Amino acid sequence: MNKIIEKTYFSDKVVQLVVENPLIAKSRKPGNFVILRVGEDGERFPLTIAGADPVRGTITLVVQIMGVSSSKLVALEPGDCITDLVGPLGKPTHIEKIGTVLAAGGGVGVAPLLPIVEAFKKAGNRVITVIAARNKDLIILENEIIKWSDEVIVMTDDGSYGRQGLVTAGMEEIIQREKIDECIVIGPAIMMKFASMLTKKYNIPTQASLNSIMVDGTGMCGACRVTVGGKTKFTCVDGPEFDAHQVDFDEMLMRLGGYIQEEKRATEIYSQKL
Amino acid sequence: MSLNPEYLKEERNQAWRAELRSKTKNKERTLIERVKMPELAPAIRVKHQDREVNMGLELEQALKEATRCMDCVNPTCIEGCPVSINIPKFIKYIEKGDILQAAATLKETNALPAVCGRVCPQEKQCESKCFYVDKLDKPSVAIGHLERFAADYERNSGAANIPEIAKPNGIKVAAVGSGPASLAFAGDMVKYGYDVTVFEALHEIGGVLKYGIPEFRLPNSVVDFELENLRKMGVKFETNYIVGRTSSFDDLREEGYQGFFIASGAGLPRFMDIPGENSNGILSSNEYLTRVNLMGAAMDNKDTPVLKGKYVAVIGGGNTAMDSVRTALRLGAQRAMIIYRRSEAEMPARIEEVKHAKEEGVEFMTLCNPLEYFADAKGRVTGMKLNRMGLGEPDASGRRRPMPIEGSEFELDVDLVVVAVGVSPNPLVPSCLPDLKVTKWGTIVVDEDKMQSSISEMFAGGDIVRGGATVILAMGDGRRAAENMHHYLQSKLNN
Repeated sequence: MNKIIEKTYFSDKVVQLVVENPLIAKSRKPGNFVILRVGEDGERFPLTIAGADPVRGTITLVVQIMGVSSSKLVALEPGDCITDLVGPLGKPTHIEKIGTVLAAGGGVGVAPLLPIVEAFKKAGNRVITVIAARNKDLIILENEIIKWSDEVIVMTDDGSYGRQGLVTAGMEEIIQREKIDECIVIGPAIMMKFASMLTKKYNIPTQASLNSIMVDGTGMCGACRVTVGGKTKFTCVDGPEFDAHQVDFDEMLMRLGGYIQEEKRATEIYSQKL
Repeated sequence: MSLNPEYLKEERNQAWRAELRSKTKNKERTLIERVKMPELAPAIRVKHQDREVNMGLELEQALKEATRCMDCVNPTCIEGCPVSINIPKFIKYIEKGDILQAAATLKETNALPAVCGRVCPQEKQCESKCFYVDKLDKPSVAIGHLERFAADYERNSGAANIPEIAKPNGIKVAAVGSGPASLAFAGDMVKYGYDVTVFEALHEIGGVLKYGIPEFRLPNSVVDFELENLRKMGVKFETNYIVGRTSSFDDLREEGYQGFFIASGAGLPRFMDIPGENSNGILSSNEYLTRVNLMGAAMDNKDTPVLKGKYVAVIGGGNTAMDSVRTALRLGAQRAMIIYRRSEAEMPARIEEVKHAKEEGVEFMTLCNPLEYFADAKGRVTGMKLNRMGLGEPDASGRRRPMPIEGSEFELDVDLVVVAVGVSPNPLVPSCLPDLKVTKWGTIVVDEDKMQSSISEMFAGGDIVRGGATVILAMGDGRRAAENMHHYLQSKLNN
């Protein structure tokens, strides 16, 4: 169970894993996530599912090395097993035919965006996707996104690939050009905050998939709480997707920093050990 | 579930019990003082998250305490036990010196005796119905301490007795969740001969026994031993498996599962919805205890972090609040405070927990209610505003209603707050079953006698039905559900 079948480096820090788990491969839907734990001393952490092959019985995960847990996951090689993997968790994305969908992904956020883009396309929508990253090396899954999009715009902060600028620049160009019925944004919290501000200005319904801190991922701990429309919600069971215009991103950014000291210390100790 | 009076009588009339009764006069028995549980000294125990406070009775103490029990004709104590342990029988086996038989008696009806001997509120259950309390106005027989003694004795002897199991009938049943309700259910169903699988969402079996109750009250090794017994009896366990999500109920039906027991617990922590409550350093007791108990966050070699506070406020007055505040002390808090809006008399926590907490130096700020939290520029909590409360007329719960005292607001420095004001039912499993009848609070509706839900092959129990109760009430539900699912499946088979 949970055996790693394939491992692909998209860059030094971004890795795609194809993991054997036939039950989740069959039951997951776009927007769902899993909770993983690597090793008996490992912590539980969430990753949104980037794809699945029910025939092979595999799911695809894309992970960016950030701290100890992601490093431990990336240290696994094909043939190794992930100690614990549970899911699918969270509410799936609401997919229907609505017209034109603008999808925006930042950094590794493009990975969980991919199955949603695919689903919207298969539901008969016109799908325009903006993918963005700091530089060329960090642009991932471009061909897969192209396959399921009517149009793709690539943005890099430094202009090393595609167009230079932030994701919002690409989005605004599309929004000014044609009528967008719905927007979906996945990426770092700060990117989602600005993308959300942009679409609010144009009054376009927007979903954002939040990457809160979680422990159990099943509604039990409340670590992932976020304020949406003035009410406290749990990202794991009420989300992970919410009406972006209602999300208090500043509070979310603050909460994401809740363990920053502990994370820094743990990363230092871990890198000394290596 | 009550024991058959005829059976009780028959057992009581056994020669060995009659002989024990005649050996010591009741008068002499009543003159013995109730045993005191040996405890680790507070100064030592506050330094150790994993050292048990109650150390257990010595053999001599247990024999003497067992002698206090008069083996009543009408053992009312059993009525107070949600899992109907034959209490006089096991205690008389202790008096006789046959401790392993005492342990076997416990296991006739209780899948987790070493757990119950530690965490049951016996003072509100079996012990409250003891003849000593009822008629003599004396402290009850220490039934809970004796239960723990017998179970520990057996575990330490290495001679674990496996209860008798009926011939396997090949019928597959599933228990959803692996807390006390499911374990009690699984223990009974496997005894009836069913092929039982327990499905757990987390990576560890045990539910609240593992993630919730700290090691200083219930060591994980004790829970693991009881789980091993269930494994030996034939119960199968699947971790990382959310029934309804990982697979659907229909998938499991196709795999041949004919009965389901849903005991997925009261997962969702409640907050008070007051300003500043989402600041960093304010967390639910579930999160705090899960990090420390399940994930081992207090240990250096574990990756999971836990925030440590110097000035820790725990909001609430139940056992979970006591577990949280005592954990905070063990993780180095200078001030560990209980903040409770009623008075100590209304606290739902066990008296023993309150006593232990006080001995360890926990401050009790009763009749105080949080109003607002303050945070620094980075969002970490730095203080809170509270007001003082008075008590009015009794409310729906029968306890006197706390009322704010005008102009009594005050502020308190805190850098960690643990909110332990209760839990709501976990919606994860019920939300996968649109036909399942639930209350407006999200608890599953069951026929109270049978624990059967609106879907006839689905039974439910524990906190997903009760909305927040005790280990032993959950276990009672599990046993009742097992008995009735057994009848249900057998009658279906015979028709």
